[in-house]
Amino acid sequence: MLRATLINIKLLIGLIAVGYIFGTLVALLQVYGGKVLGTIARIYEWIFRSIPALVLIFLFYFGPSKFGMDITGFIAAMFALGFRSSAYQSQIFRGAIQSIPTGQMMAARSMGMSQIRAIFTIILPQAFRLSIPGWTNEFSSVIKDTTLAYAASFNEVLRTARIVYDTDMTLAMTVLVFVAFIFMILTLLGNAAMGLAERRFRIPGLEVPGHEKVRQMSLGSSGLGAFGFRRFWRKTEK
Amino acid sequence: MLLRVEDIHKRYGKEEVLCGVSFGMMKGETKVIIGPSGTGKSTLLRCINRLTPADQGRVWLEEEEITHTRTNINKIRAQIGFVFQSFNLFAHLTALGNVRIGPMKVKRMKKDDATRLAREELDRVGLADKADAYPAELSGGQQQRVSIARALAMFPKLILFDEPTSALDPELIGEVLEVMVSLAKEGMTMLVVTHEMGFARAVADEIIFMENGVIVEQGTPTQMFTNAKHQRTGEFLNKISELYGETG
Ligand SMILES: Nc1ncnc2c1ncn2[C@@H]1O[C@H](COP(=O)(O)OP(=O)(O)O)[C@@H](O)[C@H]1O
Ligand SMILES: [Mg+2]
Repeated sequence: MLRATLINIKLLIGLIAVGYIFGTLVALLQVYGGKVLGTIARIYEWIFRSIPALVLIFLFYFGPSKFGMDITGFIAAMFALGFRSSAYQSQIFRGAIQSIPTGQMMAARSMGMSQIRAIFTIILPQAFRLSIPGWTNEFSSVIKDTTLAYAASFNEVLRTARIVYDTDMTLAMTVLVFVAFIFMILTLLGNAAMGLAERRFRIPGLEVPGHEKVRQMSLGSSGLGAFGFRRFWRKTEK
Repeated sequence: MLLRVEDIHKRYGKEEVLCGVSFGMMKGETKVIIGPSGTGKSTLLRCINRLTPADQGRVWLEEEEITHTRTNINKIRAQIGFVFQSFNLFAHLTALGNVRIGPMKVKRMKKDDATRLAREELDRVGLADKADAYPAELSGGQQQRVSIARALAMFPKLILFDEPTSALDPELIGEVLEVMVSLAKEGMTMLVVTHEMGFARAVADEIIFMENGVIVEQGTPTQMFTNAKHQRTGEFLNKISELYGETG
């Protein structure tokens, strides 16, 4: 059963990666893509946010075989959940991009950067950091969704559990509680990892307001105030 | 002539913000633009490097017409520094990172060389010891000095300043003006929107008074202060001298 859990983790990594790549792309198109591309990106987001995850998995699993394509349950689930997650991740990322003051882009353009270069060297690195808290939420939500891949009939953890208790019904509760426990641990580990990432990439002045009390205060004040406050904070920390 | 601005017009919706502005700058000159708020001073600066496209009129940097649609605008902008009222330092980069990113990403300078250059420019504005600080860890005056160093690191032919001290607490204005005065004395070409008349008196070759989208009057500081031709000029100069005093 623990081996089956590894499949869920693999699926999680796969779908987050798919979601991240497409989510970033969709967010960029929505903000900078102009009318046509922006609208396409918005329609994409709308589609993948409105279809229930389970329906998506079935569509991706059974759909391709109608056209004579053979696709494994794992791949189907990874892309179904990945595209779905990309719609949510694009929202997180778009919010982050839009919260960056316009002066940042203006300063980059005024020194001769093209728009694309400014996006990659100035906007994205900042948006990435501002997105970490949102990603923490998204992570704890999609990790649970991986059990939906059950429907695509490959041996992820919930399906394996079912195989176990189908042979012995008295084991059902024990096994299911064990599954629940696995996910509690995974979520805990995941959040810890994201918290670590948040501190690792922390930059003064680039924090999400309200995410941590201390940071919220230093964000709102003037440069001088923030500086004074940080000094105060460092002192009281000791 | 280093910069030539000819008959610039710009409107936002119905409102005509710039109604035919023309002037020129020689290499090494410092000119100060003054005028009431909402007169189009910022718009004029942004029309010069095409951050905002002008509706009509032309601008040249030396022999090259900036306003020509086929001009590579990024190449032009790399030669014109821009210092903003609100600094606009890149929030995810240290002071050093802010100063070397232009040379690295726009001029393709090697990282080591860009770093060395950035340290020199930070030293020039008196902030060598703040190289590793992030913008949020610096005072407003320090941030503005970093943003001047960021402009200098591109070896600009001209720097445009849009009210560089207006967002600063009074006690921090002096350190920024000091840097600007020494730049002017070193022969940097500077076009400065400011109401710091002490600065204007000290280094400006010419003061340009704008109102309602046109240049009302221009002349040397002495001319403007002692015998302004237009009544409005005198009134405005008196008003800002009262408001801002003569710091710098
Ligand atoms: N992006 C814009 N969109 C619409 N109106 C603008 C914009 N920028 C400036 N304006 C208007 O143009 C006028 C001149 O603004 P500005 O150039 O900022 O004046 P100044 O810098 O002299 O205070 C103001 O009335 C302002 O409201
Ligand atoms: Mg202005």
